[in-house]
Amino acid sequence: MELTGADIVIRCLQDEGIEYIFGYPGGAALHIYDALYKQDKVKHILARHEQGASHAADGYARATGQPGVVLVTSGPGVTNTITGIATAYMDSIPMVILSAQVPTHLIGDDAFQEVDAVGVSRPCVKHNFLVKDIRDLASTMKKAFHIANTGRPGPVLVDVPKDITAQTIEYEYPKSVSMRSYAPVIKGHPKQIKRAVELLLNAKRPIIYSGGGVIHAHAHDELTELVRQLGFPCTNTLMGLGAYPSKDPLFIGMLGMHGTYEANMAMHDCDVMLAIGARFDDRVTGELTKFSPHAKIIHIDVDPASIGKNVPVEVPIVGDARTVINDLIRVLKSSSKKPDEAELAKWWKQIHEWQSVNCLAYNRESDVIKPQFVIQKLDEITGGDAFVTSDVGQHQMWAAQYYQFSQPRRWINSGGLGTMGFGLPAAMGVQLAHPDTSVACVTGEASIIMCIQELSTCKQYDLPIKVINLNNRYMGMVRQWQEFFYDRRYSHSYMDALPDFVALAESFGHVGMQIEKPGDVEGALKEAFADRKRLYFMDFITDQTENVYPMIAAGKGHNEMHLSPGLGDEPVERELA
Amino acid sequence: MRRIISILLENEAGALSRVAGLFSARGYNIESLTVAPTEDETLSRMTLVTSGSDAIIEQITKQLNKLVEVVKLMDLTDGPHIERELMLVKVKAVNGAREEVKRLVDIFRGRIIDVTDATYTIELTGPGDKLDAFVDAISVTEIIEVVRSGMSGIARGDRALNL
Repeated sequence: MELTGADIVIRCLQDEGIEYIFGYPGGAALHIYDALYKQDKVKHILARHEQGASHAADGYARATGQPGVVLVTSGPGVTNTITGIATAYMDSIPMVILSAQVPTHLIGDDAFQEVDAVGVSRPCVKHNFLVKDIRDLASTMKKAFHIANTGRPGPVLVDVPKDITAQTIEYEYPKSVSMRSYAPVIKGHPKQIKRAVELLLNAKRPIIYSGGGVIHAHAHDELTELVRQLGFPCTNTLMGLGAYPSKDPLFIGMLGMHGTYEANMAMHDCDVMLAIGARFDDRVTGELTKFSPHAKIIHIDVDPASIGKNVPVEVPIVGDARTVINDLIRVLKSSSKKPDEAELAKWWKQIHEWQSVNCLAYNRESDVIKPQFVIQKLDEITGGDAFVTSDVGQHQMWAAQYYQFSQPRRWINSGGLGTMGFGLPAAMGVQLAHPDTSVACVTGEASIIMCIQELSTCKQYDLPIKVINLNNRYMGMVRQWQEFFYDRRYSHSYMDALPDFVALAESFGHVGMQIEKPGDVEGALKEAFADRKRLYFMDFITDQTENVYPMIAAGKGHNEMHLSPGLGDEPVERELA
Repeated sequence: MRRIISILLENEAGALSRVAGLFSARGYNIESLTVAPTEDETLSRMTLVTSGSDAIIEQITKQLNKLVEVVKLMDLTDGPHIERELMLVKVKAVNGAREEVKRLVDIFRGRIIDVTDATYTIELTGPGDKLDAFVDAISVTEIIEVVRSGMSGIARGDRALNL
């Protein structure tokens, strides 16, 4: 039987096993939406803005490891997803974006709601397609999912003109894909793995630095086994948090600009560094000329272009993190040599000294709510086991620093692109994927406003997300930089005329709460998380002057961190404009 | 250092813009870029002349390889190779210059492929520096226009870029 192009699009999604898609209808997409209406296997979540739909699909993908799917119309429908696509691209998230296009005969005519979707998305997709012939439709869909989900994952856009969705053809979904131009390397080179093991076994001051790639590769168990087998210190990037259990004694915290003192000092002083699924991002390395001056670096990555891009590497290993770590473990086990225990003990002693600085200490006696305190209470109440999404800024760093992630895929944030507005829609995708698990959206009053419309989506689908709004009436991270580097000229970082968040949440049909005293934090969180049915918007009025510490300023190295003023650095005069 | 990278890529709409987009997005140099289908009509062959440090060239080849439409590539400058570029030059050819230009064209082994009372149109192939030298030499007369194809290249000996 012949199917229309629209039916084929939906059948392809069914055959891919897609449960949820996130979208917003419009003229060019109407045939596809009609096909969607006639079936019930693929459930469509109607966002309130295409950006929200794209972040929701992204959140779903991050929480499950399955590709997130977005369906939007042409023109503004697809341009509104660009921020979401770029967010997914920077963090290597598998996503398939189906954008409807004006009919083929109108392409190039500046037709109503026409935009060159393939052109505008090109710089921020792993790949994209314009389907110009219905005979290519099913195979293109198959390729899109294959490319999105293999190698270094990423978003793939498929642009489908309206007339193609009306034409008919016999449907057959290809069982497999073979592309001569696309074949990611999975297995690491055995010679390089041997060299890596030799370096690791001869290390005196080793460190294992792992990133989001370990999570994408489902290699967290293997990473944990490797770290424990070696007894080496392990640090995670912002994207890699949860890949190694935070409470484990071998874990020394996040590294980078707002990483722990011990992680950054250990990175600086190490003699052998094993980097796995991490890309030496500038927020991680600090000033490159000062980066780990004594280190011989082993770098495992599925993307050859990530290796040697920012930092020269001694032993490059191209391959899937899980496969390569398994090979490393095997070779290590068969080796008669063991790590030098005496040297390792000396190294751990040094690390423990750095840890004794207690770089994440803050004033717990404060009369105003300290944002760090809220996150610590959140961690306590949820047992470190909630899914935590975040927006971008100070609250994001505090969540990363103070929430103790013990599992992968629980920490969901826009690390690469730094997209404000990500947290709430991402939480929708996460909550749909895990309906019985607590989902917290840690946000700030500036970020949350950027996709606040999605509160309406949350109502429609009864998503019991807990929004933790750390409200300091400032774009906190901007204000912090202005305080440090712009002589306290707080240019446009103050949020004037903020809404009444309690009333706002209630107007969307949710529960709103405002919490002003440290003593009320725990009770509010307990009440909210005890309710499995409703969305709670908790507006925490927090200390306006709080800064994120420790910090590596621009141009500085890992060993040049600013510690919190309370920890012995020069006292800072604290006042706001 | 100057490099000539030969690329086999899927002969699909948009493949060229992906390569061009990559170079502009990442701030790499393109000195010249030529592309045309090969004997296998599903494949295009591109010759790209670029320059940069070894680290940048390594990134360029890796990033090119990452493009889904790139099937295979080769840095021609890694080994002995032949470079050729085609140039068409229209010059003013009147009075004494007519003879002089013809002599120069012969010396450079070019051909005059079109003639009017006052102009010659000259065809010349060779490596880039030969074409540069010819343009310098021909300035005995007035150059009306110069059209260069951009560099094409192929490896010497058995080394080849094919599937």
